[in-house]
Amino acid sequence: MIETRGLSKTFKGGAEAVRGVDMTVERGEIVGFLGPNGAGKTTTMRMLTTLLRPTAGTATVAGHDLLADPRGVRRHIGYVSQGGGVNLAAPLDGELVLQAMLHGLSRAEARERVTEALERLELGDLRHLPGGALSGGQRRRFDIAFGLLHRPALLFLDEPTTGLDPQSRAHLWDHIRALRDRHGMTVFLTTHYLDEADALCDRLLIIDHGRIVAQGRPAELKAGGRTLDDVFLDITGRSLREGAAA
Amino acid sequence: MSALAAASRETWLLFRHGFDATVKQKIGVVLGAIQPMLFLVLFGPIFATIGTWETLVPGLLVQLGLMSTGLAGFGIVMESRFGVLERMRVTPASRLALLLGRVLNNVVTLAVQTVLLLAAGFAFGMRVPPAGLLAGFVLVMLLGAGLAALSYAAALTMNEHLFAPVMTTAIVPLTLLSGAFLPMSMAPGWLNALSYVSPFRHVLEALRELFAGHYTGGTVFLGVAVTVVFAVAGLVVGTRVFHRENA
Ligand SMILES: Nc1ncnc2c1ncn2[C@@H]1O[C@H](COP(=O)(O)OP(=O)(O)OP(=O)(O)O)[C@@H](O)[C@H]1O
Ligand SMILES: [Mg+2]
Repeated sequence: MIETRGLSKTFKGGAEAVRGVDMTVERGEIVGFLGPNGAGKTTTMRMLTTLLRPTAGTATVAGHDLLADPRGVRRHIGYVSQGGGVNLAAPLDGELVLQAMLHGLSRAEARERVTEALERLELGDLRHLPGGALSGGQRRRFDIAFGLLHRPALLFLDEPTTGLDPQSRAHLWDHIRALRDRHGMTVFLTTHYLDEADALCDRLLIIDHGRIVAQGRPAELKAGGRTLDDVFLDITGRSLREGAAA
Repeated sequence: MSALAAASRETWLLFRHGFDATVKQKIGVVLGAIQPMLFLVLFGPIFATIGTWETLVPGLLVQLGLMSTGLAGFGIVMESRFGVLERMRVTPASRLALLLGRVLNNVVTLAVQTVLLLAAGFAFGMRVPPAGLLAGFVLVMLLGAGLAALSYAAALTMNEHLFAPVMTTAIVPLTLLSGAFLPMSMAPGWLNALSYVSPFRHVLEALRELFAGHYTGGTVFLGVAVTVVFAVAGLVVGTRVFHRENA
């Protein structure tokens, strides 16, 4: 579903955010992409979702070459960005229907999917409100609805559960698992909650300073009775990572 | 679905979405035409003592076009900040459609404002042959499409805090140099020469010819050509910006 070779991004100022990432994600997998702040997770995701042009390397996403056929990629993906995409000024049900229709759904299908997604995410009562009238966690759930309502084959989630209460987080995990089990959806997500990575993901990739430094099933990484927290700290060190990629 | 059919559908979807929001606040459409309207009411009667309404109203239409569609980019600054634009850029929708759907909404707003201004001009005594009126109307809409597209491009390229002050300031010299309030033939040589650089002067002169019932001739041809090139160039530049990363 995702295959990258030497994927890299050096920003104009010279920051080497991603340095030669090789990875493979299989269809139907739920893969967690972990790493400290500034490790290059969002930059990698923005490249894989066609929003940012890699400075080196190649990638095939959902069966399409990222550079040669970005629209082919977009036809099969959903993306929930770290910062979200809720319009603070417009009622969200109209925005959701538009989003689904831009993904190619008919109006009737779009309406149906919107109702279904909002029910699943328990947002039905809030659908007529503009984003500005929502709490942070409610807004985040709308972001998630935007990303998955067209049921993409491949879903990118950049810290989807940040700001969610424990019930909402647990709900979302169930929802993601159900989408995978029922529709074979592939999910590539970042999170800073290691319990979440442990419980939800089939496989983990750990990135630091723009390079993949470890990968494996949660159970494999935890071999020897260690917690995922220990593993993570051993691999990435204990010092803060803010701006460390520069 | 063919690529063209898909892009048309996406354009229509975005247009309808924006149009519904515009309709909800009708007052904004009227307010957008208030400045040229004030010129018509408070300056027009003075101008009419030395010139004609058929000379002034085309100038006010160019001013209207600049103010109404030149500032279209305001809307996208917000959409960009909220992440709404990026969310749409991850869909397979055509980049041209993402731009054109918005531009179309601006053009429809401009059409309503143009009709209001023309009606007011008519009430004051402007008389224009129907064919000239129609041709002039189409020209103003083309100009508006190009301006709106360029405005989006500027809004997405510039520092978002600079966009508003830069654009509102730029509109003043562009309006004056087009000869909107007094024909540029009255200007001293250097000012007259300077104004030829502005595409809006050519558009305006063609507009005045059309309003006077002259449909052929170099001025009309040049003005129409400049307007078409301007509109196409605006859409090309705008689409490129929508394509670009980080936009
Ligand atoms: N537009 C940009 N211009 C320059 N540098 C950038 C840009 N975006 C990101 N960076 C840099 O790239 C590095 C990686 O950033 P990225 O957002 O990918 O990190 P992350 O792993 O998602 O972190 P977090 O956990 O905090 O979200 C950082 O050092 C950041 O400063
Ligand atoms: Mg990030």
